[in-house]
Amino acid sequence: MLQDILVTGLVNGGVYALLAVGFSLIFGVARIVNIAHTAFYMLAAYAFYTLLVKVGLGFLASSVLAVAGVTLFSVLCYRLVIEPVREHEAAVLIATIALALIFQELMLFSFGGNYLGIPSTLEGGVRVLGVSIPYQRMLILVVAAAMLTAAWFILYRTRLGLAIRATANDLEVASLMGMNVHRIAMATVAISVALAAIAGVVVAPVFVVDPFMWLSPLVTMLAIVVLGGLGSLKGSLIGALIIGYVEAITVFAVPAGAYLKGAVALAIMVGVLLARPEGLFGVAFEEER
Amino acid sequence: MYWLRWGWAELKNEVVVLPSRTLVLAWAAALLVLPAVYDDAYVLRILTMTCIFAIFAASWDLLAGYTGQVNFGHALFFGAGAYTSALMSHKLGITPWATIWAGAAVAMLFGALVGYLCLRLRGSYLSLATLAFPLIALGLLFAFPDFSGGELGISGVRRLMLTPTANYYIASISMLAIVFGLWQLADSNFGIVLHAIRDDEVAARASGINTPRYKLTVFAVSAAAAGFAGALFAHYLRVAGPSTLEVALSFQVVIWGIFGGVATIYGPVAAVFILYPLTEWLGSFKALGELRLLIFAAIVLLVLLFMPRGLTPWVRDKIETQCPRCKQRNGAWRSVCRLCGAALKAQVAGAQRLVGHQ
Repeated sequence: MLQDILVTGLVNGGVYALLAVGFSLIFGVARIVNIAHTAFYMLAAYAFYTLLVKVGLGFLASSVLAVAGVTLFSVLCYRLVIEPVREHEAAVLIATIALALIFQELMLFSFGGNYLGIPSTLEGGVRVLGVSIPYQRMLILVVAAAMLTAAWFILYRTRLGLAIRATANDLEVASLMGMNVHRIAMATVAISVALAAIAGVVVAPVFVVDPFMWLSPLVTMLAIVVLGGLGSLKGSLIGALIIGYVEAITVFAVPAGAYLKGAVALAIMVGVLLARPEGLFGVAFEEER
Repeated sequence: MYWLRWGWAELKNEVVVLPSRTLVLAWAAALLVLPAVYDDAYVLRILTMTCIFAIFAASWDLLAGYTGQVNFGHALFFGAGAYTSALMSHKLGITPWATIWAGAAVAMLFGALVGYLCLRLRGSYLSLATLAFPLIALGLLFAFPDFSGGELGISGVRRLMLTPTANYYIASISMLAIVFGLWQLADSNFGIVLHAIRDDEVAARASGINTPRYKLTVFAVSAAAAGFAGALFAHYLRVAGPSTLEVALSFQVVIWGIFGGVATIYGPVAAVFILYPLTEWLGSFKALGELRLLIFAAIVLLVLLFMPRGLTPWVRDKIETQCPRCKQRNGAWRSVCRLCGAALKAQVAGAQRLVGHQ
């Protein structure tokens, strides 16, 4: 059981980290609470399913196309829907909620509400420490680690990353230093949704694909991001691992744990917020007046 | 006779002069006389639900719009009211007339608890943390199905009244009372303090306002109203299920509130009265039934693109203007202020107009 907890926690934590880092990034740069973030994750899973099962492309081709397509689509949505109402925070908020609902209903309409299964990318598995780990879960871990490293590289080792961090730190000063804040916000949207889309593609064979699959990771992701500190990437990563393990422990070690896993994760978030209102690694940023 | 004359004078001088007040009066009157004119069970049913949700949306607006505590978990209070009232009347056999108040009281306690836990949080942290509370409650309900009925909830709850008309009157009169009460509260000195807390909490504290106490009070009042709505809902539909606690309901109230225009009280109510019957009406078409949520979301999105501050502020700006001198509102057709006589429209001289065109 201990090994099960270790492995499940790590794999789920990896997926959550992909989602939470992207969400945190877009919040940090553009102050958008993007409720539709996990809806893009769902869209990517559906795109992957369509390309792989319906069109019959290979695994690599369909995953790359799905991620690229969803990313482009998200930039389009940002330009058409979010950007015109950027000054009105409340309007942005419900615009993202409405987008998520629209995606859900579109998928429900075109694919039906059934659970769709996707064949595993890799068959078989390895035994580590007496637990058999299917290759698919290993793949999730490897992809999550690779993508997080790539995101770290973009953010901390490129000029674009420098601009993104500067914008997140102080939008007005970044704008005064000659950075094109709008373009940076768009680039951030693209990076953040690409991370979510990758998560959607790698988990699609393990979890089931259905139009409501965005809701439960949404709540967990929000808990993680708040726990780690809004806008803090390190916080999101560590928060994702904490919540991943807490959920795994609740499911495996507590009776009726499957019902309670969300409640326990959220209760931990509330507990952390009581002790540290800005989250584990958040900075209590000065309110703009 | 004196009161009659007084009423007539108020009506003539305070209500009819402003189109928005006329509209509100006409709407309230229409709600009250509707069953006498058009006694269709289906319409009454939809309007009863609309009234219940209008209470819920107005209570959200007091908390989120006025005080800036944008609550993403408002369904907790609705669900607390619904479950408390249903459990008490179902298991203990108490009359619903008493348990509805108990539901509101329990919701109020929950409101104070959530408010206490969230006192130090602000902005997006508060929104995202409050999202958690109804889900924690939902997890607990599912973990103890003997007590809560699990996924099915508690069904067979007693009705308040038997006929649709009576139920409609209970919902609509309590809606009018609560919404006008909240409106008065938000318009009083208390409401001004709430505006101050939303705009700048530090400055409000520096001015000697005990902001934690105000925030706790607002949480409790808003939760009590939401719990009342939840209890009415449970006794009207005769079931208190997990759907009263779901994320969807919390998001729904946020959509109503922002669509109607925050910090107005009447905005969210108007939004419920437009959106809820609209979705029901769309759902009545066979072909559109599956698409109704889609159409709903698309309408919300489109309206927001053109009216980012919400529906009612936009409409109000169209039909009324604000006097530049005394800040009183006037009907859009007037050229001078009804109170101070200042010119409402800038008088542009001919020469200036020419310059403006070049």
